[in-house]
Amino acid sequence: MKIYDLIIIGAGPAGITASVYAARKQLDFLVISLDIGGQAAWSGDIENYTGYQFITGPELTHKFEEHMRKYGTALKENEEVLELAKLGQVIRLKTNKADYQARSVIIASGKKSKELGVAGEKEFKHRGLTYCATCDGPLFTGREVAVIGGGNAALDATLQLIKIVKHIYMVNNALSLSGDAIMLRKVEAAANVTILNNSSVIAVLGDKFVKGLKIKSLNQEKELIVQGVFVEIGLIPNSAFVKDVEKNSKNEIIINARNQTNISGIFAAGDVTDVPEKQIIIAAGEGSKAALSVFGYLSKNNF
Amino acid sequence: MAKSVKVYSTSTCPWCMRAKQFLKENNIEFQNLDVSGDQLAADEMMAKTGQMGVPVFDIDGEIIIGFDKEKIKLALGL
Repeated sequence: MKIYDLIIIGAGPAGITASVYAARKQLDFLVISLDIGGQAAWSGDIENYTGYQFITGPELTHKFEEHMRKYGTALKENEEVLELAKLGQVIRLKTNKADYQARSVIIASGKKSKELGVAGEKEFKHRGLTYCATCDGPLFTGREVAVIGGGNAALDATLQLIKIVKHIYMVNNALSLSGDAIMLRKVEAAANVTILNNSSVIAVLGDKFVKGLKIKSLNQEKELIVQGVFVEIGLIPNSAFVKDVEKNSKNEIIINARNQTNISGIFAAGDVTDVPEKQIIIAAGEGSKAALSVFGYLSKNNF
Repeated sequence: MAKSVKVYSTSTCPWCMRAKQFLKENNIEFQNLDVSGDQLAADEMMAKTGQMGVPVFDIDGEIIIGFDKEKIKLALGL
């Protein structure tokens, strides 16, 4: 079986940037990813990626993808890595479609949405309950909806929905909303948003589609009449397929300043790691750093 | 004969954009139905699939939910 210099797992901002650097270093490499753009593809308005005063998530993802494809990079899309292990000098990967070998890997598999874990959540997924306001928001034109969460992701979803839906209930289990002040002010100023702090979801209600939400608000149970539920309660790292590398209590892969994990040849970058702050620009920077570290590693370990 | 292809989508969903790009690259003619602005199309999609996720493909009556490239290729005979 062919042994690649490098396999990059993930094609979000970290993975794609790593691929651009790897291509420019003329490494023999492959990118394996379930999707393109990762969480960036689902973002609404982006106003803090230097060089773009304003760009949407899908547009920035399109630019990233164009940049990656410019180098004719080998990409395995819709493919999920299930196992990863180092045997001797070689790192072996097993996906849902094939097996691969490489001298080094960069894990840039990002994070995914956390689930509520309440009754009705699974049943009503895509039947009114969604984890992506960018994708499904427009389906709720003129309807009443609930956004679950109180951080930046929930604020972003709410801001996207303000222009589309009739009314939004923000169900937040903390005492107050957190997140960027600019977004917070916009949400608080909106006429069609009701903020319910100190509130948690008990169940999602409905028949064929969502019809309501049972919540506990300030220790009192009540029902909200909504046709849409947007879950924005945070993220968990896609790190379960790597068993041997060290992770922190949040299951983020622990890396050093050069993006190395505790296993030589296995590097990681972006939101799947313990890097402080999760931002598109940070993930992109980490991806470039990881690729340069890999280049250094391969030069020193010429096998 | 060319198959009849309908895509139920919204203008903002990244998978819809990728799906439409994929069809264009393969020179497949299709009818795009924006379910965010068209309640009839939205109702039609929900009736066909019993769900609200986009994109949905109707390829000569075969319904595919989500941008499942392999299934779409198979349905189109690519």
